[in-house]
Amino acid sequence: MSAALAYGLAGAGLIAIGLYALIVRRHLLRKILAVNVVGNGVFLVLVALAQRSGVPDPVPQAMVLTGIVVAVSATALALALAVRVRDATGRATLDLPGDAAMGRGARRDGAR
Amino acid sequence: MSRLADLALLPWVVALPLGGAVLSFVLRGRAQPVGIATAILTAAAGLLLAVQVGDGGVQRHLVGGWGAPLGIDLQADGLSALMVAMTAVVGLGVSVYGSAYFAGGHGDATHQRDYFWPLWLLLWTALNALFVTADVFNAYVTLELLGLSAVALVALAATPAALTGAMRYLLVGLLGSLLYLLGVGLLYGTATTLDFQQLAQAPLPGRVAAVALGAISAGLVLKTALFPFHFWLPPAHASAPAPVSAVLSALVVKASFYLLLRFWFFVAPELASALLANLLGLLGAAAVLWGGVRALTAERLKLVVAYSTVAQIGYLFLVFPLGLGQSEGLTAWSGAVLLVLAHATAKAAMFLSAGAILRASAHDGVSGIDGTAQALPVTTFAFALAGVSLIGLPPSGGFAAKWLLLNAALASGQWWWALVLIVGSLLAAAYTFRVLAHAFTRLPGDPPPCACPRRLEWSALALAGVALALGLVASDALDLLRVGTPVEGPVLMERVR
Repeated sequence: MSAALAYGLAGAGLIAIGLYALIVRRHLLRKILAVNVVGNGVFLVLVALAQRSGVPDPVPQAMVLTGIVVAVSATALALALAVRVRDATGRATLDLPGDAAMGRGARRDGAR
Repeated sequence: MSRLADLALLPWVVALPLGGAVLSFVLRGRAQPVGIATAILTAAAGLLLAVQVGDGGVQRHLVGGWGAPLGIDLQADGLSALMVAMTAVVGLGVSVYGSAYFAGGHGDATHQRDYFWPLWLLLWTALNALFVTADVFNAYVTLELLGLSAVALVALAATPAALTGAMRYLLVGLLGSLLYLLGVGLLYGTATTLDFQQLAQAPLPGRVAAVALGAISAGLVLKTALFPFHFWLPPAHASAPAPVSAVLSALVVKASFYLLLRFWFFVAPELASALLANLLGLLGAAAVLWGGVRALTAERLKLVVAYSTVAQIGYLFLVFPLGLGQSEGLTAWSGAVLLVLAHATAKAAMFLSAGAILRASAHDGVSGIDGTAQALPVTTFAFALAGVSLIGLPPSGGFAAKWLLLNAALASGQWWWALVLIVGSLLAAAYTFRVLAHAFTRLPGDPPPCACPRRLEWSALALAGVALALGLVASDALDLLRVGTPVEGPVLMERVR
């Protein structure tokens, strides 16, 4: 098994783990971490692609660099938003408080 | 006209709103005048670009003089030009509305106004850049820019519902873009180019390209909110401030749909199997029915409008079974693009008028808007006109678009998609009339007072008027669409058997 293939498979594994956590975990911090794990998996696949012919290809590496910049700013926004969500609702999940108080109709409409 | 042909408009449709966004952020207190001026200039550049493409054919600009594959090019064909023009028209209407919506003395309103303008202009930058980019990776960057500014705009409302809606929107958006990036990486791995045109010409062999297109499509479908991935859309769109809801429903979901069209019709039509096309069409049909039913039963006014977006997005996906690999392809293709334009203007008008209606009503439920027709006749008229286009009654743009889709369905012998169109239209009529019935319920005594400046009412009406008039100028729009389009065949205006 070549190194590039190992990196590629590890990347695919990370994407799967991150996707699982993003769907299953409820805490916002864990969800944000999960997105980052998916992102790192994608970056790893791209790095593996850059190495596939032995000579490093700069284009996928440049794509990863841009991707990291985007991931950092997106994570910053997500963390700031998570803090605001916790301040406003009292919990760091995607569930809205007071759904029960608003009645079934409101829950049906707004919660999902 | 020769001077217009010489103008390099392509960089300006991106640079103008970007400059305005930075300027309105720096000059915090004067964000609004800067924003309005930028909106007018950007809209003018966008509309001029459409004229330029219509007269002079496909426009291409080599940024920095580099050229693909080394540089990142900008390109506008008929499809791009129509999308930029649509953004210009809706953007101008929303800007006028926003200038009145966020006007107000107290602290929260000032805060919202000062941040609305830079974020909205940034969103406009991202939209225009996405529509004119000739590079699949640059499209990823604009997609992220679009997502992040859209999320921040939703969070402006600062209510618990808006904040959780924005959070969910952000997580889904990030996942969608990462899938897109994965696909772009794999595509580069097989074709070693990132330029849309060169990708279209390069042979895309076998499984890697199929997996790449699969990842790209999955990401974009998630971002376009196709059923059953629509779960994030109603909470985000319904809880945002009214001008933001309008932009999200009218324009932002169209950006990822535009990329889907680019990939499946321009880059790799040969990879599209009948199974895939029918699957996308089937999900679209489910979206039409599910969105329609939910819009009919939703209790809050803005949720009705948001679920209507879910349904209308469903129609757009009928372009895949009707347009890909069919001899009547161009008919379905024209109908779908026309529906993108018609829905953008009509839905923007509907969200804008809903925002004005909610200011005058007792609560945000559909039953709370009784008496609106007395207090806000112009806005009620705008809502009804927008509904006419969403239902698809002549002479609206929605009618022309659905007519073309219907013809394509019947001419290619796939009558079951025509059934979806008809049932969807009936549902649209039902949920529109449900809202209008409440609006026209007369309340005893004086109509409720509303702090609704005229700009709030007339900008919505203007957009609804555009949606209605679109049906009358549909053939001009379709002529523009044909510039550089890869789909061939006749546009069937009448049913042929």
